[in-house]
Amino acid sequence: MPLKSIVVTAIVAFAAGLVFASFAGYELFIPGLLEGTWITIQITVGGALLAVVAAFIAALARMYGPAPIRWLASAYIEVFRGTSALVQLFWLFFVLPQLGVTLSPMTSAILALGLNIGAYGAEVVRGAINGVSRDQWEATIALNMSRGLALRRIILPQAFVAMIPPWGNLFIELLKSTALVSLITISDLTFRAQQMNQATFRTLEIFTLVLLIYLGISLLITFGMRALERVATGGIVRGRAS
Amino acid sequence: MFWDWDYAFDVLPVLAKASIVTIQATLAGFILALVLGLVFAIMRMSRNRAVTGATTAVVEFIRSTPLLIQIFFIYFVLPEFGIVLDAFLAGTLALGIHYATYCSEVYRAGIEAIPRGQWEAATALNLSPATTFKDIIIPQAIPPVVPALGNYLVALFKETPLLSAIAVLELMQTAKILGSQNFRYIEPITLVGVFFLIFSLIASAAIRYAERRLSTIGKR
Amino acid sequence: MRFSGVTKRYGDLTVLDNLDLDVAPQEKVAIIGPSGSGKTTVLRMLMTLEPIDEGVIYVDGKPLTHMESNGGLVRANEKYLRSVRGNIGMVFQHFNLFPHMTVLRNCTEAPINVLGLSKAEAEERAVELLELVGLGDKLGEYPQRLSGGQKQRVAIARALAMRPKVMLFDEVTSALDPELVGEVLNAIRMLGKQFQLTMLMVTHQMGFAKEFADRVCFFYEGKIHEDGPPEEIFNSPKRERTQQFLSAVLEAG
Repeated sequence: MPLKSIVVTAIVAFAAGLVFASFAGYELFIPGLLEGTWITIQITVGGALLAVVAAFIAALARMYGPAPIRWLASAYIEVFRGTSALVQLFWLFFVLPQLGVTLSPMTSAILALGLNIGAYGAEVVRGAINGVSRDQWEATIALNMSRGLALRRIILPQAFVAMIPPWGNLFIELLKSTALVSLITISDLTFRAQQMNQATFRTLEIFTLVLLIYLGISLLITFGMRALERVATGGIVRGRAS
Repeated sequence: MFWDWDYAFDVLPVLAKASIVTIQATLAGFILALVLGLVFAIMRMSRNRAVTGATTAVVEFIRSTPLLIQIFFIYFVLPEFGIVLDAFLAGTLALGIHYATYCSEVYRAGIEAIPRGQWEAATALNLSPATTFKDIIIPQAIPPVVPALGNYLVALFKETPLLSAIAVLELMQTAKILGSQNFRYIEPITLVGVFFLIFSLIASAAIRYAERRLSTIGKR
Repeated sequence: MRFSGVTKRYGDLTVLDNLDLDVAPQEKVAIIGPSGSGKTTVLRMLMTLEPIDEGVIYVDGKPLTHMESNGGLVRANEKYLRSVRGNIGMVFQHFNLFPHMTVLRNCTEAPINVLGLSKAEAEERAVELLELVGLGDKLGEYPQRLSGGQKQRVAIARALAMRPKVMLFDEVTSALDPELVGEVLNAIRMLGKQFQLTMLMVTHQMGFAKEFADRVCFFYEGKIHEDGPPEEIFNSPKRERTQQFLSAVLEAG
């Protein structure tokens, strides 16, 4: 891991140097790209929040709900995993208005991408909960705890730690999929890149810089999740028999 | 109106023709991904630290950045270096390279799962590295990872709509054109969604089946 | 408590075979026998960790696994189970402490959230019990920093904090290094006297069983093969299989 980070960061630095070396008049497009970056970050954060909420609801519904709720949750997961984010985006953007529901592009974007990643997240949540040792459940029965109490206070806290790395990967997928919102007229980083390209035709510099910015944000996400993992395991062992 | 069956049946043939382009892009992209992924995986196993480092950096870079940007990069940037590709080629190339990075990870996992003893036996028999790879390692590494590769095939297939961004006439682009021509998007886009969903469900079931079959053979 | 015609099967395997067992209040029963004889299953069914196939279990005169309905008995639902389960506590072979909570919180979590005690009351009770088992100085520690013996003593305190009438001990020293077994047995001995509990212990510690138990049940193939006071079972077992088992255990040291 550390070697990989160093190598990647080195490449990033080298390429950044290269790119900046060929800049003249870069003031022209940096502001635009920064504005786009801000939009991208907003969509990523909004989508991430929605994804986590949707994933927990769907996973718990599927594991512990009554039959119709379970079916609903399964349907949500299968549909959003079986179609791509772009299809979902376009459906919300093009089809929903014709059915009478008009959402702002930003809302459509966060909704589509959040629900998309949330469907994958539901499997992560489910896997983590199932990963908590059966012994812990038996201890809660021996203490006469209700299932809800056991889940809330004993099982989920332990599952939470196990889910952090997979969620990190999902958040990076989410970041990458935000590029698609440029296709529904949202002025995100990718849209701005296209815009700047049309204006200045400095295609190589713009797109390289854009790729570096996405890489930078994804590295931030990775380091953030690692920090979260360190905080969450402060005094905790990962749910092994103890 | 909520759903116009007549319109739906009207557009179905057009979509069916477009699906051929989708399938072509999928297959071409995936073949490239399979081959290039293997190359990446082998390069990452090199003894030469520079080769390993460079390949890792490139693979991680491509994996961590949006496919859409990579599509734009190949379609818009390469011409500046004199390489002009048509949209289909550019898009398929981008898909292939992007998914090659995922496939390389899968290959690496498969190769690493081979017991050391196999490598050692090959050395003891004085086999060349190339022969070792070709006849001993790869044939054992591939079958267990076929399901994972299959999942990436499905994922690649579902990302072909991104090619609509550079106007490749695959399913999504065709649906958008139909929608704007007839002022009705509901049927074309929903049909495209359903098509992907059905195909994806069938493919996932097939992969699970293959996984079960493959896990029972080759057990020593 | 009473087991009445209880049968438990796993597929083709009958683990408990029409078992009848009566335990008087505050009786201390040691359950011994070869593995697979059903002894752990008896405890697990009492703790409602496993469902019954046939028969009924009674605790304190009330049916545990079934509810009264229309003059007859039907299988108990979750709510009923929880209402009668509070009288029973269990200590496990692998401790099963909550790794993300301190020792103190392990012992207060259930009393607060299940019994409705205030935090102060629960902590007072927990501290008292933990001091009794000799861990008064480890309140703020996390389980993975404790030795096996210490963890098991926490587990015992945790179970007792719920003030059960019946305590079940499932091979609680089997996972411990030999030098740590003594401290756990001492804790059990002391608490058994102090709290007037009915106790069922599945154990391989024959010395402890001989000295502490009022009664020993030797299980074989899902049934009670021999049942009596420790002096009788250990010194002059009546049946051949009991003798075989005891001599095998003694040989193993």
